[in-house]
Amino acid sequence: MAEREPYRISGRTGDWEVVIGLEVHAQVASNAKLFSGAATSFGAGPNEQVSLVDAAMPGMLPVINRYCVEQAVRTGLGLKAQINLKSRFDRKNYFYPDLPAGYQISQFKDPVVGEGVLTVERDDGSTFTVGIERLHLEQDAGKSIHDMDPNWTYVDLNRAGVALMEIVSKPDMRSPEEAGAYVKRLRALVRWLGTCDGDMEKGNLRADVNVSVRKPGGELGTRCEIKNVNSMRFIQQSIVYEARRQVEILEDGGKIDQETRLFDAVKGETRSMRSKEEAHDYRYFPDPDLLPLELDPDWVKRIQDSLPELPDEMAERLQSQYGLSAYDAGVLVTDAERASLYETLAKKHDPKLVANTVTQSLLTFANAHNEEVTADGVLHIDTKALSAYLALIEDGTVSSRTAKELFEGMVAKEGTPAQIVEARGLRQVTDTGAIERVVDSIIAANPDKAEAAKTRPQAIGWFVGQVMRETGGKANPAAVNEILKVKLGL
Amino acid sequence: MSALTALTLKGALEGLASKQFSSEEITRAHIAAIEAANPQLNAYVLTTPEKALEGARAADARIAAGEARPLEGAPIGIKDLFCTEGVRSTACSKILGNFIPPYESTVTANLWREGAVMLGKLNLDEFAMGSSNESSAFGPVVNPWKSRGSNQPLTPGGSSGGSAAAVAADLCLAATATDTGGSIRQPAAFTGTVGIKPTYGRCSRYGIVAFASSLDQAGPIAKTVEDAAILLRAMAGHDQKDSTSLNIEVPDFASFVGKSVKGLRIGVPKEYRLDSMPAEIAALWDQGIAWLKAAGCEIREVSLPHTKYALPAYYIIAPAEASSNLARYDGMRFGLRQEGGTLTETYENSRAAGFGAEVQRRILIGTYVLSAGYYDAYYLKALKVRRRIADDFEAAFTEVDALLTPTAPSAAFGLGERVADPIAMYLNDVFTVTTNLAGLPGLSLPAGLDSTGLPLGLQLIGRPLDEGTLFSLAGAMEDAAGFRSKPEKWW
Repeated sequence: MAEREPYRISGRTGDWEVVIGLEVHAQVASNAKLFSGAATSFGAGPNEQVSLVDAAMPGMLPVINRYCVEQAVRTGLGLKAQINLKSRFDRKNYFYPDLPAGYQISQFKDPVVGEGVLTVERDDGSTFTVGIERLHLEQDAGKSIHDMDPNWTYVDLNRAGVALMEIVSKPDMRSPEEAGAYVKRLRALVRWLGTCDGDMEKGNLRADVNVSVRKPGGELGTRCEIKNVNSMRFIQQSIVYEARRQVEILEDGGKIDQETRLFDAVKGETRSMRSKEEAHDYRYFPDPDLLPLELDPDWVKRIQDSLPELPDEMAERLQSQYGLSAYDAGVLVTDAERASLYETLAKKHDPKLVANTVTQSLLTFANAHNEEVTADGVLHIDTKALSAYLALIEDGTVSSRTAKELFEGMVAKEGTPAQIVEARGLRQVTDTGAIERVVDSIIAANPDKAEAAKTRPQAIGWFVGQVMRETGGKANPAAVNEILKVKLGL
Repeated sequence: MSALTALTLKGALEGLASKQFSSEEITRAHIAAIEAANPQLNAYVLTTPEKALEGARAADARIAAGEARPLEGAPIGIKDLFCTEGVRSTACSKILGNFIPPYESTVTANLWREGAVMLGKLNLDEFAMGSSNESSAFGPVVNPWKSRGSNQPLTPGGSSGGSAAAVAADLCLAATATDTGGSIRQPAAFTGTVGIKPTYGRCSRYGIVAFASSLDQAGPIAKTVEDAAILLRAMAGHDQKDSTSLNIEVPDFASFVGKSVKGLRIGVPKEYRLDSMPAEIAALWDQGIAWLKAAGCEIREVSLPHTKYALPAYYIIAPAEASSNLARYDGMRFGLRQEGGTLTETYENSRAAGFGAEVQRRILIGTYVLSAGYYDAYYLKALKVRRRIADDFEAAFTEVDALLTPTAPSAAFGLGERVADPIAMYLNDVFTVTTNLAGLPGLSLPAGLDSTGLPLGLQLIGRPLDEGTLFSLAGAMEDAAGFRSKPEKWW
């Protein structure tokens, strides 16, 4: 594979490198909140899913939700991370109306999951590794709604107390694209494991982005944290803007203030969230309402044993079992549904043909319609249609060239693949007599080329092309080759 | 009527069971006593006579039907730190205003389930922060006891001053209380009553307004050792709603009262013998030692070397937790709200108006010791001291079965005498905070009167979960002391 160009920001004083680390907040897929029994489903009316604990009524106490811990451990195992059998919850103290207790219960000092690693694929198929610093459990805050009334802020506590996993990466990313690819990969993993639905539009997965710049290979610079960025595109845009902003300050002889910034998606810029006088001292300390969280090693082992085959493992297996390229295998395991569709079809059809179909035609179709590939295909192109399509290629009814046209017909809902073959006249010509007549006429029209082919056998390719053109791509390529060899005397 | 209020809890339960009187009768007697006394003593901040009579009549029906439960029909008082469903619960702070919880604390729910009848809510220091009941938003409780020949109003101690005064003045058969650094035991000592703070985790904290979560523990204040044992058994028990609640069986504590204490080894910690200790307290302590010796106990001097660091460590840890626990009183969802021009001003105005001086002082101390740059020097150091104190006790309990100490360094003092000096006030807790830091059970019982006729208490400290031994020892000392004094009625 060709050497990739490193991402650089060119400034007046030369090139700069950007260093990125991400803190991804992933909402734990769980029916109940982290420390109360209140429901977590999306779309309930304001303050309909709030328990006395969530509202921090006097004398109310948190009780840990075992399932949320299990989900965090499962994610940790998916990240090949160290599971800490003893961890602890701390209070992060600050005042805000959507934080009813005046503190958020989080894990500051001793997280439930320690160091891990995630292999990430770039768009060109090359991979890089991102170190995971830690994963900890914490509560979400409620939502402040500032735009319902000019004078009042409304508070919806439905989210208050919902379990989040904060997954902190090491500063291992060097371009906006790498940051995007990391989030995409992480999102795919949590969806794969069923520990977070990854829905960024609902805010169920969002990121705090740490950005700093330096001269390539130099000392790490001072970082700024861009809070709560909630789409893949905004993550990348905010990095581009922020890195450029920092380079300009440094080149003007300035200094970067370590601070928290907000990304304004409308203006496409980041801005400082709070002044220094308001800088928070969170006064973290162990939550005295909760005992240290101790995990039974056997329980962790049972979770480990119940894990599905992980994407990396599956990619390796797809390569060895089906002879796929690393690239195809990587694309297929991006998503559990996609991988599942592949395996369903690969059991009945030529694995490489299935890989090409899923990673190319079907993925293009899905992207064009802003759809995800599911285990049952995409929209009306379901497993049944795909299976019929693959069978038509495998039995030689259509050639690989006309297959493209057949797929277009399927996209356009022109009928079953068999009907489309008939309606569009895509059936491959295997009638050798018909092919011979075409070959004869082409040789007759090009005697010099026919002569030259005798000494330069690779020139046969030109004749194959001509035959295919004459037959509208319907001639069986193997038959064409055979006939040409005989007629040209090769 | 006065005969009924003078009964012990045990005596009342026997009288109810044998139908010598009805719950309605004994409840009405208490309501009348409260009406007469409360304007002077200020023990109750809310009385619930209708609810009490309703409960009493229901109890009488159950007794008549032969379905009486262990506390059936016994009228008791509830410290206003316990949330009671549909009944105003204030922690005696303005910031809670007229807060009426839609839920019941686990401890009180346990009591109602056993048939107890609630007379009302008892006064306390605001958020249980204080040792004299003077920080209450409802004003101080006045101790029913007075020094001989003096008319000076005295403190009943704190924070459970209302509970202790009500029990001492026969305004309830017994009362619930809570203890974070001595809030059950010191008021019990000041009022000639019995109080026990059980092992941390015995009683659920669910529904008790939090002061310092790792130290807070509920317990009873009662007229006798046996009454305290009866009420504690009913209050205690595992609760899934409190993660720090212990999942362990609750013994019948009353069965330990009257058991022989012969052969038990009693430790006398030398570090508790303060130079400044009044001679009368020292003499009382020696008297207690003599009683236990006479009962067949073996007395040993023990050392708890980190004792002198306990009070400073306590006054770091408790305020640290309190500063965070009290952050929820922000004027946003319930209680007092004083509008300001901005959100921050609304917070400031509400909390300035809602919290009294002592609570504000502790929030400030707690915020300070948790702040960046001070955390290690104060909070973390205090946690280490706490560990050492627990280790001291653990070592001592390899040699002895229980410890005997004074409960407080003085008898009840005059209202207003120490309000200007917080340090002098904090020193009240010097003998009691250690058990909270170590999570151990501590019991205070009245052991005698000082030269001016005020009650003095002695404290027994036990191994974790060994309240039973404390009840046996306290029972033996109660017999030996023959403490029958009641305050002379002046109200």
